[in-house]
Amino acid sequence: MRTIQTEVLIVGGGATGTGVARDCAMRGFKTVLVESRDLAHGTTGRYHGLLHSGGRYVVKDPKAAAECIEENRILRRIMPHCLEDTGGFFVVTPYDDPEFVPKFLEGCRHAEVPVETVPIAEMLRQEPLLNKEISHCFRVPDGSADSFMATELNAESSRQYGASILNYHHVMNLIRRGDQVVGALCHDLVQDEQVAIYADLTVNAAGAWAGKIAATADILVKLLPGKGTMVAISHRAVNTVINRCKMPSDGDIIVPIHTVSVLGTTDVQVTDPDHFAIEPWEVQLMLDEADKLIPGASEMRILRAWAGVRPLFQETVTTDSRDVTRAYALLDHAPRDGVDGVITITGGKWTTYRMMAEATTDKVCQKLDSPRPCRTHLESLPGAERGYHHLGARLKRLEEERSYGQLVCECELVTIEDVHHSISEGNARTVDDIRRDVRLGMGPCQGGFCTYRAVGILHEVKKLENSASNAALRDFLRERWKGLRPILWGRQLKQARLDELIFLNLLNVEQLPGPPATRLQPTMYDEPSTTGGSAAPSEREEAGK
Amino acid sequence: MNPVELSLQNCIKCNICVTACPVAAVTDLFPGPKYEGPQAARFRGSDQPMPDSSVDYCSGCRVCNMVCPTGVKIAEINAKARGGMVAAGAVSARQRLRNNLLARSADLGRLAQPVAPIANAILNNRLVRIVTESVLGIAREAPLPSFSRLRFSKWFHGRPKTVSAKRQVVFFHGCSTEYYEPRVGQAAVAVLEANGIEVIVPPQGCCGLPLLSNGEFDAARDYHASNISSLLAYAKQGIPIIGTSTSCTLTLKEEAPELLDYYGEDAQLLAAHTYDFHEYLLELLEQGELLMPRRPIPLTLAYHAPCQYRAHRIGRPSLEIMGLIPELNIIESQAACCGIAGTYGYKREKYQIGMDVGRPLFEFVNSVGGSVAVCDSETCRWQITHATGIETVHPVELLAAAYGYTGCDRVEKAIAGS
Repeated sequence: MRTIQTEVLIVGGGATGTGVARDCAMRGFKTVLVESRDLAHGTTGRYHGLLHSGGRYVVKDPKAAAECIEENRILRRIMPHCLEDTGGFFVVTPYDDPEFVPKFLEGCRHAEVPVETVPIAEMLRQEPLLNKEISHCFRVPDGSADSFMATELNAESSRQYGASILNYHHVMNLIRRGDQVVGALCHDLVQDEQVAIYADLTVNAAGAWAGKIAATADILVKLLPGKGTMVAISHRAVNTVINRCKMPSDGDIIVPIHTVSVLGTTDVQVTDPDHFAIEPWEVQLMLDEADKLIPGASEMRILRAWAGVRPLFQETVTTDSRDVTRAYALLDHAPRDGVDGVITITGGKWTTYRMMAEATTDKVCQKLDSPRPCRTHLESLPGAERGYHHLGARLKRLEEERSYGQLVCECELVTIEDVHHSISEGNARTVDDIRRDVRLGMGPCQGGFCTYRAVGILHEVKKLENSASNAALRDFLRERWKGLRPILWGRQLKQARLDELIFLNLLNVEQLPGPPATRLQPTMYDEPSTTGGSAAPSEREEAGK
Repeated sequence: MNPVELSLQNCIKCNICVTACPVAAVTDLFPGPKYEGPQAARFRGSDQPMPDSSVDYCSGCRVCNMVCPTGVKIAEINAKARGGMVAAGAVSARQRLRNNLLARSADLGRLAQPVAPIANAILNNRLVRIVTESVLGIAREAPLPSFSRLRFSKWFHGRPKTVSAKRQVVFFHGCSTEYYEPRVGQAAVAVLEANGIEVIVPPQGCCGLPLLSNGEFDAARDYHASNISSLLAYAKQGIPIIGTSTSCTLTLKEEAPELLDYYGEDAQLLAAHTYDFHEYLLELLEQGELLMPRRPIPLTLAYHAPCQYRAHRIGRPSLEIMGLIPELNIIESQAACCGIAGTYGYKREKYQIGMDVGRPLFEFVNSVGGSVAVCDSETCRWQITHATGIETVHPVELLAAAYGYTGCDRVEKAIAGS
């Protein structure tokens, strides 16, 4: 068993965890981060990709709105290359109450979210597919964000400041000595060995899994994982973030990000962040609501569905020692639970991850009695000089380099060089890791043509055994398949059939030698419930009567 | 997004278009229809910086559309992308000047025809061609057609007016018949009148296709709008508009509405009343109204159905009509494309690609031999003659001859030599 000694140990490699790691490392703490899978494998990599302007919360939660617009401005400065400056519209459709408009505008004014009225003709010129019955349109500085890239860059920046980022290190339990947490016992999934990491302070930044982590040290952190299901249209039906101008609810947003348009989302409480299903009614709800914004959207080609789990914290302890805002929860377990050496940060939204990290690191300073100022809002992430990402960037690069003969993933324009870079520099271990790095397999064919190519490169570079490469191939195919099952109809069904013929018939993937899966295999969704389960809202209402 | 761009959703990446594309097969400068069409289209946005360059190597032959099993309008996606390049200023001023010179066949014809002998002498001068190649980028070897001294519409209106109550058609002659090959229009009129059909030739302009395929959408829009206004009245009366130029009729039917987003009633009505010449004759034949050709033409000839003709998706009406001609033996080419693709093969940087694309066709035409070859499209005819030295005729010239019309010199010469 390896042992590692550090000042700060962060559990969780999502936006929050890597944000805290960067902040701690920049403030000069010796920092180690562990993530049970790949970075951004959890909720961070499964959200719709919205950079909030705050517009969404101006009526419901003005404090959150003010935080969003403040962080929006900071993120545009420190990581423009992870963002697309799409702008956002709030629109009043015939299904929405125009009475909300004055409240919305007043809320924007109050939270200082810049808003301007857009004439309907101009709105339709910019977004011709939008519903022509829309009566009001307002522009806000929403954007879209590549959360994979942002997480990777926070990790990279952390490393530059001396932090150690360990992915595929699954926390088996926090190590508790009396009333003190002194670190965590991990299972290194790649080496298949145990690693004990001792730290002066452990930061539990495991998001929806924070309750599970805390429980290993007998600390009660009650999290109600809120499942959000999203559906992607295969292309950019809009180039602006489109919000319904009403109280936030299910299926009221379309986010254009990279080559797709994401329809989101639902919010269904589940009991376990590792076990939940994508229910047919959720997919149908996304499509029905999207039709209200873009008539005919439900007839467009749907690429995939996925679901993430929001960490919704519910306080169970009455104490003054907590720092809980409506947006996120930062818990010091010494006064709260009588257990020192560990704090928990959970809740929040991607847009405010940096602010959460700052608050958390301030608490780290306080706990370690070493006040040091935060600089994460001042210093850009590596590569920020490139400016905003834009949709055509990859095609432009390919055209300039004339590297179109080097494509591995044709849908997302990923070249051989990109894949090599992901494996050697990004330390990708699975094809799914490569996907998160470079978007391999995320386009319309969902890995149909790139999976075997990418596995070939992985095999070559990592000098894998044939059986291991076969298992890696099966892993990724299963990972892609899990997002296709909920939306198998029409054009994507044709695609899936072709992909099936390629892999199961032509390549006989199921029968190739080797284990059925690797230790790093993807986690799958549960089967949709045929009865009961998480019921549709209308059924829930019925049940309540 | 419009129906053309939305068709990108149909792509299942099967690569059939890539294997069929005649351009990608001969040059690495063109990454292929799947890449340029449904793939790259996902990276194009109206508010985005223009990312394209290689799409300009699409010849627009539409072979990809024909083989696509899921209905992606690949060639149109590419044409729109090229239009985007032009609109975004991504095409150099010199290239645009060259492209416009090649594409404005109507303007060119109006200017040069009155001085046809001089104009032809200049255009056939080797030194002039070397200079135009280096200055403008028009390939020196490319087969520029000769201006005819006779203008088709002048000839037509100068004739005694034929009157027939039986049927009327509007003849869309196109620029090539008007300025370069009035013999094709004369043969068409002979065929129609032999069938007792009154021919109407209203004022008309270029169909706009050469401009469309050079991304000059604004100029093409003007032509199309003016054609709609002069032809619509006939369409409204139910009078068919028929043309011997397969690309002109395709443009009226489909290309202009799709590329220019003309989905209005007028454009649709005009499209619905537009026929390829032989498509129309085939309808007459099916109604038992077509005069049967009697004069034998004892020749074995190579026939190439142009890409633009196949894009009509109406089968091979020319082949069926030529099949009625006694003793005529037509052998159909299976080649994808002649390579000229309108103005494509005239461009310095694309001339050799065009010749390489056409090689299988040229070999086929040479192997069949004969004194003439047959093809429905004018630029294809010029390209085939350029590459093989074999003169080329429109199928209507054969039919006219089989009706006893003796005005088709090339056909008469071939019959005499057989």
